[in-house]
Amino acid sequence: MIAAVSVVAGLAAFFGLALGFAAVRFRQEEDPVVERIDQLLPQTQCGQCGYPGCRPYAEAIAAGDADINRCPPGGEATIHSLADLLDREPKPLDPERGEEKPRTVAVIREDLCIGCTLCIQACPVDAILGAGKQMHTVIESECTGCELCVEPCPVDCIDMVPEAVTIRTWKWPRPAATPRASEA
Amino acid sequence: MTELALILVSTVLVNNFVLVKFLGLCPFMGVSRKLETAAGMALATTFVLTLSAVCSWMVQSWLLEPLGLEYLRTIAFILVIAAVVQFTEMVVHKTSPLLYQVLGIYLPLITTNCAVLGVALLNVQESHGFMESLVYGFGAAAGFSLVLVMFAGIRERVAAADVPVPFRGAAVALITAGLMSLGFLGFAGLVKG
Repeated sequence: MIAAVSVVAGLAAFFGLALGFAAVRFRQEEDPVVERIDQLLPQTQCGQCGYPGCRPYAEAIAAGDADINRCPPGGEATIHSLADLLDREPKPLDPERGEEKPRTVAVIREDLCIGCTLCIQACPVDAILGAGKQMHTVIESECTGCELCVEPCPVDCIDMVPEAVTIRTWKWPRPAATPRASEA
Repeated sequence: MTELALILVSTVLVNNFVLVKFLGLCPFMGVSRKLETAAGMALATTFVLTLSAVCSWMVQSWLLEPLGLEYLRTIAFILVIAAVVQFTEMVVHKTSPLLYQVLGIYLPLITTNCAVLGVALLNVQESHGFMESLVYGFGAAAGFSLVLVMFAGIRERVAAADVPVPFRGAAVALITAGLMSLGFLGFAGLVKG
């Protein structure tokens, strides 16, 4: 009885130690800088920076391939916080990449929609609901306002409208994103 | 040497774990939808099966047998297998993040692959030595991989075929597996001669 208990306990302890050692030995280093840059980006996944999404852009910034002024949706606030994080001089938004606009959401004029699903395929955040030959609509709370769905629509029935401010949707203005003091 | 070769052939073809002994059917049905995942799963299972066959042999003959604790075999082997799978996951994560992403959830699932425990227990049952256990484990894994990859290939074609409605999905997959099993029964005469 005691032998049995001690054998199983010993085995468990041995494997626990071995796995603990392996966990330290084979630790997977993820690049923390990429993570933190990604946190500062607006996550619109619009691709205006020339990269397929916010995370690839963050990786490119971390690798030194891309400058910090290529994000129109984030605008000046994002550029400033990136400059703070990376200890670089803030610079104006690259005009080639577009200009800073107030936040908008896509709205589908539903009587014109022919149900072609092209905008669904274009949406990087799956904010458009619909099926083939059925009317589509935009889930407003998911829409990041990236405008990627406007171009593919064959009947031009998608409008970008400024986000309506109502009692329900009004929020305190966002504080400029800055890395937390403990991390910086 | 001849005996080792015989064990290898017998586990891969004649006593194939999936199609003749009917062990490890869950990953066989679950991961065989696509060829790439099947190949990844086959690789990971090969690694785990071989390693756990050896480890469980060591636990059995160096720990349980000398102490007369053979009745603890099952729980001890499960412990060994779980640890080996965890270890494999860490190594794969470190050495090949791409493979880790491909395998994803399937890697921890090897823990519950009954073929892994089956190999360990059958090694004891047939009182294999160290090398024999190693070859037996590797052979079982190779047989599993062979059948899994073949089955995935067939299923990819079946998916494109015009299957009668009542047979679609799991039904036709099980029928396919049964036919493959019948085919593998043909190897049963291989060793007699």
